[in-house]
Formats: sequence, C-alpha cells, structure tokens
Amino acid sequence: MLLWMGIFFILPLLVMLAVSFAGRGTYGGVEWTFSLTNYAQLFDPLYLRIYGRSLALALATTTLCLLLGYPLAYSIARAPVRWQGVWLLLVMIPFWTNFLVRTYAWMFILRTEGLMNQLLINLGVISQPIELLYSDWAILIGLVYGYVPFMVLPLYAAMERLDSSVVEAAWDLYATSWSVFWRVLLPLTKPGVVAGCILVFIPSLGAFITPDLLGGAKSMMVGNLIQHEYLVVRDWPLGSAISFSLMALVLLGVLAYFKTDGRLDRFEGGG
Amino acid sequence: MSRGRIWLLSASLVNLLFLYLPIAVLILFSFNASRLSATWQGFTFRWYLALVEDQALLAAVHNSLLVAAVSTSLATILGVSAAVGMERLSSRRRRIVEGALLLPLVIPEVMLGVALLLFFVMVELPLSLVTVTIGHVVWNVPIVAIITRARLQKLDPRLEEAALDLGATPWQAFRRVTLPLLTPAIIGAVLMAFTLSLDDFIVTFFTAGPGSTTLPLQVYSMVKSGVSPEINALSAILVLISMALIGLSLVLQRQRN
Amino acid sequence: MNTLQKRQWLAALLCLASLSACPTTPEDGPRKSPTLYYFTWSDYVSPELIAEFEKQAGVKVVVDTFGSNEELLAKLQAGATGYDVAVPSDFMVSIMARQGLLAELELEQIPNAKLLAERLQRLPFDPDNRYSIPYLWGTVGIGYDSNVISRQPDSWTVLWDPRYKGKISMLNDQREVFGVALRVMGQSLNSRDPAVIVQAKAKLLSQKPLVKTYTSENYDQLLISGEVALAHGWGGAVARAMAERPSIKYVVPKEGGTIWSDCLVVLKTSRNRELATRFINYLLDPTVAARTTNRLLFASSNRQAKALVDEQLRENPAVYPLDSTFDRLEWMADLGEAIRLYDRAWTELKMQ
Repeated sequence: MLLWMGIFFILPLLVMLAVSFAGRGTYGGVEWTFSLTNYAQLFDPLYLRIYGRSLALALATTTLCLLLGYPLAYSIARAPVRWQGVWLLLVMIPFWTNFLVRTYAWMFILRTEGLMNQLLINLGVISQPIELLYSDWAILIGLVYGYVPFMVLPLYAAMERLDSSVVEAAWDLYATSWSVFWRVLLPLTKPGVVAGCILVFIPSLGAFITPDLLGGAKSMMVGNLIQHEYLVVRDWPLGSAISFSLMALVLLGVLAYFKTDGRLDRFEGGG
Repeated sequence: MSRGRIWLLSASLVNLLFLYLPIAVLILFSFNASRLSATWQGFTFRWYLALVEDQALLAAVHNSLLVAAVSTSLATILGVSAAVGMERLSSRRRRIVEGALLLPLVIPEVMLGVALLLFFVMVELPLSLVTVTIGHVVWNVPIVAIITRARLQKLDPRLEEAALDLGATPWQAFRRVTLPLLTPAIIGAVLMAFTLSLDDFIVTFFTAGPGSTTLPLQVYSMVKSGVSPEINALSAILVLISMALIGLSLVLQRQRN
Repeated sequence: MNTLQKRQWLAALLCLASLSACPTTPEDGPRKSPTLYYFTWSDYVSPELIAEFEKQAGVKVVVDTFGSNEELLAKLQAGATGYDVAVPSDFMVSIMARQGLLAELELEQIPNAKLLAERLQRLPFDPDNRYSIPYLWGTVGIGYDSNVISRQPDSWTVLWDPRYKGKISMLNDQREVFGVALRVMGQSLNSRDPAVIVQAKAKLLSQKPLVKTYTSENYDQLLISGEVALAHGWGGAVARAMAERPSIKYVVPKEGGTIWSDCLVVLKTSRNRELATRFINYLLDPTVAARTTNRLLFASSNRQAKALVDEQLRENPAVYPLDSTFDRLEWMADLGEAIRLYDRAWTELKMQ
C-alpha cells in the first residue's frame, strides 16, 4: 500500500511541487526558473474572496449532508440485515448515471417553468415563479445531492455495529429523543461523522462543474480557479501553487481537529 | 419511541425521494422525441434503438465498467490493509499516515491528472486502460481506508487477541474475526469507490491512452453537439438493470431460506 | 502482521501484473489491419462515415475525444502519444505548431485541400497550410427568439438592453465575452492594451446584472425552452435550436465578431502519417464533407460541398455565414503573456 502510493502518488506530486515554483512558458507549459511569485500571488485579495466563498459553500454543503444523511444511515443500520445491502445499493444507484445528465435533470427541475416552481405554485406557497436556478441555492442543492452518499456510507459503517441494547437503555435513561441522540448516538457514531464530513467537505471545496452549470458561472470557486489556471490560462505553475496551498490548509485543519479532539483518541482505545 | 421512529422513517423517505427525483426526470426524458430535450416533444423509443447501434458508446461503457471493477478491487485490497495496518502504528505515526492518506482527496483533480500524465510519460509507461486504472486507485485507496477506519475504531481489539490466544495464526485471526466484522464498512467502501470511478472525467482524460475512452470522456466532450438523449437512455437502462439485479438477488435469497 | 501485509502486497502486485499483461496498448495487440487513432470532439463525425472509410481503406479507426482545445494541448504537451490525427481550433493550431507538436502536411497527398473555400485560404494562423487544413468553421453571434425580440437586433448593444434583463445568456469563455465588449468599443478582439481591457471589463460589469447565466454548453436548450431570449453563442448550436423552434433566429451584429475554424492536423508523434494523410483527404471529400455538415450543422470548408448540403442549411446564416458579414469577422489570436490581463479582468468580473 505504501509502495503503491509512494510510486503512483507521491512521485507525481513531487513533480507538481517542482512545477509550482517554476514560471509559465509563453505558450503554456513550464519554464524551469525558480521563483516564489506563484505563492506570493495567492494572497491577492481577489483570490482570498474566492477562497472565502468556497469555504462557506463547502461548510454549508457538509452540514446539510450530515442533516440529511444521518437519519437515512440510521434507518439503514436499524433495518433487518438482509435489507441493509439493498438500501445501500438504492442510495448509490442514482450515482451510476452520468454526472452531466444528472446535473441537467436538476436544471430542468429548478428552472423558471420547471417542476419545483410548478409544485410550489400549486401548493400556494408562491404566486409567481421564483428564480431557483442560477443561484447559490441551486449550487448548494447540486452539491448536497452529489455528496450525500459519501456521508451516508461511512455513517452506516460506523452505526451498523451499534449495540441496540445501548440505545434501548438510553431511551430508558433519557426522556427525549434529542438527548438520546446528543448524549448517546452522536458520541458513539463520531468516527463515522468525522469520516463522512471529510469525504463531503473536501470534494465540495474543489467542485467546479456544479457551480458553473447550476450557479450560472457568475462567480468563481477555488475549483473553478484551479481549472481556469490549468486549462484556460495554461499556467500550470500558478495552478499548482494554488492547489498546494489549498491542500496544506485542508490538511492543517483536519490535523488540528484530530489533535485537539481528545475524545477521538479515547474511543480508539488500546488500538 | 414511535414518534421518533415515524420521524426517522419520513426523513429517510424524503431523502430517498431527493435522490431519485432527478433520476425520474432523466428516465422520462430518455423517451422525449426532441434531440435537445429541453421541452417535452412526444414519446419515442428512438434513443434506445440508437443506443444498441452505437458501437463507440457501448465500447465506452464496457471500458468504464472494467476500469471501475478492477480499480475498486485493487483499492479495496490496498485500502483495507492500510486501515488495518494503521491500527498497529503508534498514535503519532498513525496521525502522519492519516494525514498523508487524505492528500489524494484534497488534490484538485486536474492537478492529479496532469501529474500522473507527466509521471507516466517520464517512466515510459504507455497510456492505456492500465494507466487509467492506476489513476483511479490513487484516490480510491484513501476513500476505502477512511471508511474502513471509521468502523475499525469501534471494534474491540480484544476479539482478535482472543483469537490469537486460542491458537489462530495472525492471518486466520484477521480472516475469521476482523474481516467479517469489517464487512459492512467494506461493502460501503466498495460501493463508493465503484461509483466514483464510474463517473470520473478529469483524471481519466489525462491518463487515458488511444482507444481507451470511457463513458464520461464520451459524454463530457459532447459540448459541441449537445449531450445526446442516448446518454439518458443509457443511464435509464443502467438504473433499471441495477434495480432488477437487486430484486433478483432478494428473490433468490428468499428461496434459499 | 508483517506476513499478512506482505501477502496482500503480493496479491496486489499480482493483480497489477496480470492487468499489465492485457494487450490493451496499441503496440501489444496482434495487428490484423493498421489502426488510425483520431482525437476529436465527441459526436464530431458521423459513425457511418468512419465505417465507410474503414471499409474502403481496409483499416480500423479508433476515435478518442476531448472537450476543449486546452485539454487537447495539455494532454499532448505533457507527452501523451499514440494519436495520429487531431482537430484543434484555429488559434490552437499556431500554439501547437510552435510547440513542435504538429507534423508538416504532404499537401500533394491531399488533393481535396485544393477545394478549400476561398474565404478559408491563407488564414493568419497557418497561411500556407503547412500544418493544418480547415475542416469545419463558423461564427459567433446572437441567437434570439423573434417572438420576444420583434425587431432584428443589429448590434451587440442589445445585450445591454435592460428590457431583456434575465433573458440573456453569454458564453462562459473569457476571450469570447471580452471580444463582444471590445468590438462594441470599436477595438480588436485581440487587443493587448491594458487600459482598453479595463474599460471592457467595466462595460461587462454593467451588463452582468442582466445576464441570466454564463454558459458554453446548453444555451440551445435555454433558447428552445424560452428561458433566455438572447444567447451569445456559436452558430452551430443556435442552428440546432432553430430546428426545434422556428422562431429562433441568428445574427452576427454589425460590429462584427469571431470567426473560427476547427482544423485537421497530423501529430508529429503519429506512427502512421501516410494513413493519417489519407484520412484527412477522405474527410475533406465534397460528399463526405457535405454529409458531415448535414449531420453536425457546422459549415464545411470544402467549396464544392456547399452545393451538396441540404438547402435550408445552405441558406441558414447560423451555418453558412452571409457573404455580407465577412469583412466584420476577426480570427482570435493567441495572446501570449497578454492573456494575464484578460484572466485578471475575467476573474474580477466574476467576483463582483
């Protein structure tokens, strides 16, 4: 495993690290001159705004995925064993269709004369169609839709082994479902929650097709910025520099979390 | 208790509805007579018929399934052994490996794609479905490892120790005790790795060689001519076949019982 | 434990080895007939034309696809090999030629190249067709719904008309979008003047509140469904929309705009240049070219092909640009370092 990752991951990565210190060739490509300008450029206020926006959207996506995914994963884990696999498959099958086609389907649902507006009008919630597509809401819906399964699977993996007698005892101990959830379920399923949040947060931070198609490409996310540097401006060095700083930030965040969170270690037990 | 149950059940159902809403739309539009599928223009089977004839598309589907299956198997072996191996590390080293494992997920795909391509060219590995598979394994390993570890952390290490005390070899202890306990996590991880691999565009694009087009490559490059409803038809068939297989396995299981 | 891991490594390596043993690479497979590797946009050639060439030449053609010129360049630049013929657009031809990625064409082996439409001869990016021959071409203009916009718009400024707020889509392409503003200002769309580009950005910022979406992909659908009434876009896509909804029309505004051409090239790393050259000649054959146009709704570069194309396509300005528009059209050039100016302005436009 370490060998595999060493060869096919770390080595290519080192190449790109070298690239991130180089300069852009006039017609794209790389000119091998050492400089730090690529990294200096990152602190441009314009770019900082892009990072901020992406961060906010990724956090919102993760939160919503957790809110939606937790009950679903819990129901699956509580279902008869025979049905659990079926439920899991049912969650994943929509994602075996093509991403673009799925996104187009959402555009059809959200557009001005689309399903959602018709439904809301028929229910009397609104009287005029509202602009759903090409907004931050549409991006959020698209991202949550895309990443909910990545929350459900690790949560299920962590919940499946929950001893139901522990939960029953908790019901006897605490009166409300809220306190059962907060004091018993959540601490017990914490590794799953952490894994799920990581698996949702990281890719949604780098998303770029969803913001373009559902958000109308009216603003940029980090993912768009990197894609843009690589494939439109053909500035691989700057693209790599942005990528590496993004990686460093996310890793620092996650490691800091692991470090401060003593409870996780306690759960890991004797290992 | 029952109020909680009802709440839970309805939340799950709403979630499933959310997951299948676009799929329903997609299936509906696979029968749309208009090529551009913006509005309903009448019912047709045309796209399904065209699909059967489209050799290129079918070859791409074949490639996609092959890459997804192989890369998922490889990633599962590597990812599970990584997760199990990590348990035996000291907590400081484990944290380092944990961080390193996240790297492939944090990397923007386009950079990973370019990096892998540069690397393959450097070591003169010819681009083909093999290189595509290698690329997919790179980000599927951490996904498998993360999901497996989330469960492993909840396992009681005394179970395996007990097996060892009873005279099992480490391999037996792993295979008979730990592995069965990990199964739900592994199933989840396999599903996820397979799904991600099936839909990847960018890393695949850069690592694919001549003649190794996968389905996403085919679809994403339809920018000039508009995405064909054939893709809708294909997606619909894929969903329906998967559903049918699930149904079949349930029936078989019931018969066995 | 260690033995355990070793065994699993072994298993993994075995898997990998058995994988590598598969004859998936072009060299390894048993070669019955020569194979041509064609790298192009998806759905950019009809399968039956490919099949006919395979039959006629006794070869196999493998089609691979890319989604943008930059993807094509990035992949080849990083060293991907094995492709014989590719289809980059005009400005990309000059970049690829300068990077040494293209082989010189043997024009005497491509007799159909002599049938190039007059307008497409001696183009600035490759005046002597040393590396490339134009294949499919067209313009960028405005697709509009004549039911909503009653008077035919003759100027790009209609995209700044507040009456159509929320009914406008623009391409999600920095050069094309800036091109519109620059032409409105009476400038070249290849301007490298920082002050001019800043002005163009201000102009586009004033337009942004009216724009429903920046998209290069599905504006044909948006036009058909009536989501937008004015779409900045490529003629071929608007032509597709027209076929579904006849009230849609196409115009190249009086200020002029982009003309583009996708070109056939042979890659330097091609191992089968003779076959590649034959394939290019086949694609440029008048009948083959006309059938391509009929299917894809992009104009063919062959002057004899036009007569063989379906009449309504021949008369459609979105497919075959009107003669009267030609002197207002401009080819997009690669800007070298000046691309930074556009890049910056584009990012600022998006973030405000």
